[in-house]
Amino acid sequence: MEVNGEQRSGSVEPRTTLADFLRDELGLTGTHLGCEHGVCGACTVLLDGHSVRSCLMLAVQADGCSLRTVEGLAAEGGQLHPIQEAFSAEHGLQCGFCTPGFLMSTVELLNEVPEPSEEQIRSHLSGNLCRCTGYHHIVKAVLRAAEVIRGDVAARQA
Amino acid sequence: MTEQGNGNARAARGVPIESVRPHQFVGQRLRRKEDARLVSGKGRYLADLVVPGMRHAAVLRSPVPHGRIAEFDASEALALPGVDAVFTGRDLIGKVGPFVEGGRLEISPMLMEKVHPEVKPHAMPVLAADDVHFVGQPVAVVVAASRYLAEDALDLVRVDYEELPVVTDPEAALAPGAPVLHGHLGDNVAAHFVIASGDVDAELGSAPHVYRGRFEVGRQASNAMEPRGVLATSDRGTGDLTVWCTNARPHLVRTFLSEMLRMPLDRIRVISPDMGGSFGTGVFSEDFLIPFVARQLGRPVRWVEDRSENLLVTRHGRDQVHLVEVGYDDDGRILALKDRFLVDAGAYNQYAITVSYNAAAHARNQFDIPAVRLEGLNVLTNKAPVAPVRGAGRPEVTFMMDRIVDIVAHETGIDPVDCRRRNLVRPEQMPYHADIPYRDGVDIVYDRADFPAQLAQLCDLVDYGAFRKEQAEARRRGRRLGIGFSSYMEGSGFGPHEGAVVRVDTNGHVTVYTGANAHGQGLATTLAQVCADQLGVTPEDVTVRMGDTSYIPYGVGTFASRSAVTAGTATGVAAGLVREKALAIAAEVLEVSSSDLELEEGTVKVRGTPSRQISLGEVARAAAPGPRSRLPAGMDPVLEAEHYYVPPTVTWSSGTHAAVVEVDEETGFVRVLRYLTVDDCGQMLNPTIVEGQVHGGVALGLGEALTEEVIYDAAGQPLTGTYMDYLLPTTTETPPITVAHQVFPSEVNPFGIKGCGEGGAVGPPAAVANAIVDALRPLDVRISRVPIHPERLLELIEEAKAEAAQDGRPSARS
Repeated sequence: MEVNGEQRSGSVEPRTTLADFLRDELGLTGTHLGCEHGVCGACTVLLDGHSVRSCLMLAVQADGCSLRTVEGLAAEGGQLHPIQEAFSAEHGLQCGFCTPGFLMSTVELLNEVPEPSEEQIRSHLSGNLCRCTGYHHIVKAVLRAAEVIRGDVAARQA
Repeated sequence: MTEQGNGNARAARGVPIESVRPHQFVGQRLRRKEDARLVSGKGRYLADLVVPGMRHAAVLRSPVPHGRIAEFDASEALALPGVDAVFTGRDLIGKVGPFVEGGRLEISPMLMEKVHPEVKPHAMPVLAADDVHFVGQPVAVVVAASRYLAEDALDLVRVDYEELPVVTDPEAALAPGAPVLHGHLGDNVAAHFVIASGDVDAELGSAPHVYRGRFEVGRQASNAMEPRGVLATSDRGTGDLTVWCTNARPHLVRTFLSEMLRMPLDRIRVISPDMGGSFGTGVFSEDFLIPFVARQLGRPVRWVEDRSENLLVTRHGRDQVHLVEVGYDDDGRILALKDRFLVDAGAYNQYAITVSYNAAAHARNQFDIPAVRLEGLNVLTNKAPVAPVRGAGRPEVTFMMDRIVDIVAHETGIDPVDCRRRNLVRPEQMPYHADIPYRDGVDIVYDRADFPAQLAQLCDLVDYGAFRKEQAEARRRGRRLGIGFSSYMEGSGFGPHEGAVVRVDTNGHVTVYTGANAHGQGLATTLAQVCADQLGVTPEDVTVRMGDTSYIPYGVGTFASRSAVTAGTATGVAAGLVREKALAIAAEVLEVSSSDLELEEGTVKVRGTPSRQISLGEVARAAAPGPRSRLPAGMDPVLEAEHYYVPPTVTWSSGTHAAVVEVDEETGFVRVLRYLTVDDCGQMLNPTIVEGQVHGGVALGLGEALTEEVIYDAAGQPLTGTYMDYLLPTTTETPPITVAHQVFPSEVNPFGIKGCGEGGAVGPPAAVANAIVDALRPLDVRISRVPIHPERLLELIEEAKAEAAQDGRPSARS
């Protein structure tokens, strides 16, 4: 499979979840396991551009797919992705455990809806649980990220 | 969002230190130093840690709520390829002793003397060997090559139980003939105390009106998003032990381990890596079990719980029943409060009277009630142990007290805000002596605050007058909107101490080491802000390190809204001492008097002669031992200072909350439309971080109010083992939260800090309950229990309608 732009492969038991494969075999521990039954969303990754719960998928199901995890967000020089930057700027994280899942869900949202309303943001992120922030600053962070990304796109087009 | 600093801030006084430098970075909304690595997936949480040769553990838990273990048989599990070992409770006898988690948080001698609480000690075994007392109690551990294999093997460990009679309700547990959990205690009362101020019976006797009621708060689980885990490794040659654990109190874990494994403290290093929240997560069997197993096997062993285990045991709180009598007059003035309450402590009362006494000490809230009598009992039942969860007793009594104020307002026909105002402690009564001791034994004196102004500010923020018009208009169109208020006090910054070591290296970089241990609170940023101001550097020059027993000899940890106050003060004082030391050394080097020197942005300069200066790194080099040392005679080498702050008592934070809700009368569904708070946590170190704390607390409180509950059936089986049954608030249940502040710096510590970690969680149950009652007026819906599930609300609506029909009163539809 392709993970964050690199070809990766491994051999695992059929029952190995995608999350455990990413974490234990590929060392990509930024994908977190919060509930392992598909509710909390901490393990959210993008599979061929769409969000999936990597705790509910088997690694073998992702064979031949393209995956993006939180480790694949920052630019090559380490410069943070505008969504990562916005989460920090708006204090959209505290303990940071749920954060990778929120970031990946936000990537998907902003790909599909570049100018989301607060209601659309709340609806899209309702599959990710956070116990620290009360979501208030997360919503602000997504609004900010959307604005920055739109600005970047406009600047590139200009 | 409204953000305003209210006036009245003034120079903080209290603990005398030579010179508190004015705030420059403290109070700024600096971005967190923690963020860059956490948003990049570069945090290091427990399950991310790998040690070569590491094996994996899984814990077998009792499926019965009360029973006697007849037989263990691990032979089949041991035969499974990849399984290294199985230890049962019987294998631990004589090797790892039982523990009382809060046993170290001893009741202060002063409180013992003043209150004479009765506390019956009973320890919990690391693994049950004979009797089990709740579903989820650990009985055995399997170690295998992978977590998958360890969990496979769990199914093969056979444990035969003789089941015993079960009691799950604290009132039933007090009845004669109830099954007694721990025979040697005689009955199921684990702790009991009474505190009183004024003559409550006389006041109740002469009060024009007396209300008698019952208030209940359901069992809530802490639900840090990171499941708990432990990794232990024992050095093959020396036997020295290193333990990583998701625990906010590494020093406490080390002390326990030292005693249980009979090892010197300094041969054990306990490290708390990044933690995905806590909200009350404490010390558990596995913190001792995994190190024990690692030592036995001579291999590193890691254990990480799954969410079902977490919901079973990690960590339940609340679960209280309050039986009250309240005297009041025609003007809505509350004259007396008598409260006898039960804390359902579960099967082991691990924290003496921490939660129950917290409840009692905060029951009077912001109200000037002339007479109170509070009697608390911790009662044992066949459920998982209850311990402090964010708020720890405060949400329970605040729900009770704020419902009472609302009921009194209704009975006397006074507007609920007005009734609330009439009962508040007035500014001219400050400092207010509550005439009862706090948990530390020191008599409660409310720190500076202005409660009526706090309420007025909140009413402006919510635009109370406009809301009433909007509500009336909505009602005409069939929408049920309501508003509810809550106010609270929060004893914060609990001792007994917290320390900080501030050290400057020879490059001029500053490191703060502290025993506090953040897990989301942003201490790496806020302590850097405090240090920068007091030392004379910038926050970028400061690294904060915590969560490792090798950093500092003593540490208490991060919980109970304490770290900004205690570690903040310790850091500020230690940084000030480093500054003084730096000036003394620089004076030696520059051959001037230290009083002619100033230290700013990491450079010591001669006042008026800016060309004569020396960097902090150069000062640190002059402070090194050896022939090049320029230390003044008698001064110890190393540019560092250590300070342990011992608070004289707690600081008193406070807040007032308002919830605006819409109730669907047909479905019982409640939507929180707006939530607003005005809090006072003194001098804020970083207002953005304070607001984040408030937001998160409010969301947790909204869960308590509406959706979250650990439910057991009558047979003692938990029914809420997944996130499909235990409902945490999501983005769609949590409204935008408006946060505003009043700033009355504390007089208890020199920097004016009060704690802010728990307040957000305290107000929502009461504010939401009051708002629902308000939305359904003129029906008199009697909410006396949270959480308010839709089906429960529908029942209450039906009851109220039936009563209204009987009385010939108009129904809510009219």
